Amino acid sequence: MTQRLPLIIFALLMAVIPFLPGVPPFWIVLLDNIGLAALVAMGLVLLTGVGGLTSFGQAAFCGFGAYTTAVLTTAYGVSPWLTLPASLVVSGIAAVLLGIVTVRLSGHYLPLGTIAWGIGLFYLFSKLEFLGRNDGISGIPPLSIGTFKMLSPDTIYYAIWVGVLISALLTMNLLDSRTGRAIRALRRGHIAAEAFGVQTPRAKLLVFIYAAVLAGLSGWLYAHFQRAANPTPFGAQAGIEYLFIAVVGGAGYVWGAVLGAGIVVILKEVLQSYLPYIFGGQSQLETIVFGILLVLLLQLAPAGVWPWLMSRLPFKPGRRTPDTSLKLPAREQAPVTSGALLRIEKARKQFGGVVAVNDVSFEVNAREIVALIGPNGAGKSTTFNLITGVLTATGGKISVLGKEVANAPPQEVVKLGVARTFQHVKLVPDMTVLENVAIGAHLRGSSGAISSMLRLDRADEAKLLAEAARQIERVGLSEQVDQLAGSLSLGQQRIVEIARALCVDPMLLLLDEPAAGLRHMEKQRLAALLRQLRDGGMSVLLVEHDMGFVMDLADRIVVLDFGTKIAEGTPAAIKRNPDVIKAYLGAAA
Amino acid sequence: MNTTIMLFLLQDGITNGAIYALLGLALVLVFAVTRVILIPQGEFVTYGALSYAMLAAGQVPGTVRLAVAMGVVAFGLDLFFARKALRAKLVLRSAALNIVFPVALLALTYALVGPKTPMAVNIALALLIVAAIGLFLYRIAFQPIAHTSVLVLLIAAVGCHLALQGLGLVFFGAEGLRGPALSSAAVTAGPLRFTGQSLAVYALTVAFIVGLWLFFGYTRTGKALRATAVNRLGARLVGIRTSLSGQIAFLLASVIGALSGILIVPITTLYYDTGFLIGLKGFIAAIIGGLVSYPLTAVAAIVVGIVEAFSSFYASNFKEVIVFFLILPVLVLRSLAAPAVEEEKD
Repeated sequence: MTQRLPLIIFALLMAVIPFLPGVPPFWIVLLDNIGLAALVAMGLVLLTGVGGLTSFGQAAFCGFGAYTTAVLTTAYGVSPWLTLPASLVVSGIAAVLLGIVTVRLSGHYLPLGTIAWGIGLFYLFSKLEFLGRNDGISGIPPLSIGTFKMLSPDTIYYAIWVGVLISALLTMNLLDSRTGRAIRALRRGHIAAEAFGVQTPRAKLLVFIYAAVLAGLSGWLYAHFQRAANPTPFGAQAGIEYLFIAVVGGAGYVWGAVLGAGIVVILKEVLQSYLPYIFGGQSQLETIVFGILLVLLLQLAPAGVWPWLMSRLPFKPGRRTPDTSLKLPAREQAPVTSGALLRIEKARKQFGGVVAVNDVSFEVNAREIVALIGPNGAGKSTTFNLITGVLTATGGKISVLGKEVANAPPQEVVKLGVARTFQHVKLVPDMTVLENVAIGAHLRGSSGAISSMLRLDRADEAKLLAEAARQIERVGLSEQVDQLAGSLSLGQQRIVEIARALCVDPMLLLLDEPAAGLRHMEKQRLAALLRQLRDGGMSVLLVEHDMGFVMDLADRIVVLDFGTKIAEGTPAAIKRNPDVIKAYLGAAA
Repeated sequence: MNTTIMLFLLQDGITNGAIYALLGLALVLVFAVTRVILIPQGEFVTYGALSYAMLAAGQVPGTVRLAVAMGVVAFGLDLFFARKALRAKLVLRSAALNIVFPVALLALTYALVGPKTPMAVNIALALLIVAAIGLFLYRIAFQPIAHTSVLVLLIAAVGCHLALQGLGLVFFGAEGLRGPALSSAAVTAGPLRFTGQSLAVYALTVAFIVGLWLFFGYTRTGKALRATAVNRLGARLVGIRTSLSGQIAFLLASVIGALSGILIVPITTLYYDTGFLIGLKGFIAAIIGGLVSYPLTAVAAIVVGIVEAFSSFYASNFKEVIVFFLILPVLVLRSLAAPAVEEEKD
């Protein structure tokens, strides 16, 4: 409950403000505007700050919300409350249509695309006959409860801020869940998330829709606040401003949206009322100052005001420790048949004219540690990427337990019980070790976004976190469980990746250079862990450059050179193999 | 539809498309070198056009004072960032570029301005003024954050756009302006009449495309710019001054923008905020070209111009809607062709 305390205090504070004597009515109007902007910015926090998808077009979704209720209430006489779901659904559907197109774009295409359709929609609003063209729609009825009509700014104030607080609560709940972790992993590239079964396009679409629905809610409230809707507040300028709000507040933080909205709305008001006094009656001076401030802010505090404020708090919010006694049911495993666990037959990968993997064949049997070694550029990591479905093979056959994986996507490969780590660590640096490892158990949980928002996922969530904590303990990082992954040493981050892979409950573990960056003692501990895993029934395929480590640990070794397998055998045999010596030391040796 | 109307629309579309092509090229250039998505490109267009129009009317445009002010700030930044190792040569070079150049430009403008000033001088002054603004804009707004993500740079670009557009209103007022045509000559071919202005537009567009191609393909500076575009750190390690590359890219972009403005201001009335929309249409072309390909961008720009011309004839109300939604099918195609593996980005 201590987690909720600041929220409750804030809610009470907001509730009493209109009753305080001496509060000018104008402040209430400002607070209404702050609330409306905060709702849109909150969606952007999730979309841009957390999910890494920049949208300049959020104002258009406000437009969908506002115009839906405007048309339904004025032309069809529908009660305002009944139009709320309609507004949200229309914004959501618009987001699905635009999102299917946009979210699959990488990097800068997304923001550019959103600018383009944001402007396109603005012109559409201002040209359509039934939306009243440039004049818009006026005479929208106020919200009312019984005979009480929310006509004045201080009555709709409650509707707006109840909306803000509920949205903030739902958003924070969502972020602190299985789905939330998947969303937070998006910003760091999709490969790691997909390797643990996250459907990244679906997760992106989800945040896109979520942000649009929040914007739609803001638009719906706006229409009943202004009692009119016209295209201007839904144009490109407004879309830019919402993004500005999110960046000012701190794009990764839900409360940053509220804080940013407060700062920007008040600043704008101050600039608009005082600048003409200082510089004479020139209009639009505030946009100049606004633009300059935006550039300055990015240069001085690119992370925003909220994190800056939080880092100055004398106390730190506490964390719950997961109850490790909760059991997560084991992953459903296909029965281990006789024969190889993993069979690679003539796997081939060409990048243009370069043959990175040249008809390589080998097998990994049950309860076996196989090492894949070779000089740099031998095709070891490419082989890993072929097995895990990150790359599609040019030719050959890869099968797990006799079932051909035929270029299955990573999400399908992990379902077969194949879990991996990465040569270049792919953790989410601003998530704790526990949360990072819990991503590994993604497929073993089932709670979706809506149950997470409503906190119906807690039993499921507790089991996932318990499993993550158990795996962290197993690899010996219990002390670091609540630290941010980015604050760990590179060697420890590699171990965190192993814990994450173990959360899959795999039968085959693919480790890409797990010992790199580890100290001698740590390497010995890692070797002991891997032996223990093998004896527990798991197989391990690892790429490693530390020969001492490999020779000591592996049951069998496969040697690649220039994409071709040149040797395979026990460590003792490999040490004596002339081809291997030649590949590593040159012909003269 | 009758053939004459179609030819007219095509001609109109190609003329506009050529302007969009110029802007699209500049956007691709700046993005490739600095990773900045140059939203203020539209302001370069209006600043160039309206400065030219004001000079032609015998007035001193406020932009020249802005150039001096930005130069002073840029000089201050140069001194601040070099405060640990201030050498006389460095200070002198910075002062020459950031102080002497814009002040000389200001003096020159005041000396030359008048109703009788030859058109070529006005064009040269307008181009120089906008070039200085473009150069200083990079120094002030983007160079300090050159290492950050595309997103941060994009938001900074939006900030610059807001500030410059607001200043545009201060300098040029809310009234639109038109400038004198570059040439009153006209050629008639069948039913079509080519004005000297539109011929100049075609000629300059082609000249710029060829020029950029030669510049990037065959000159040392051009190759250095391309190297910076591929890998900033690598370029620095082999001795390329990446901040200089950024300044050159902005310089080129601002000159191209200003030139486009000067080319269209005799054809249509421009307002202080018109540039944004024109720039965005250049964007659509640049996005269609994938922000990497010059020829594809030029072709796409022509298509955008033609679609715009035809939709303004058949559905004038929905002209902008159609043009801006033109991007959606392109995005769909890019979505379908999106590579399966994408490098991790920070």
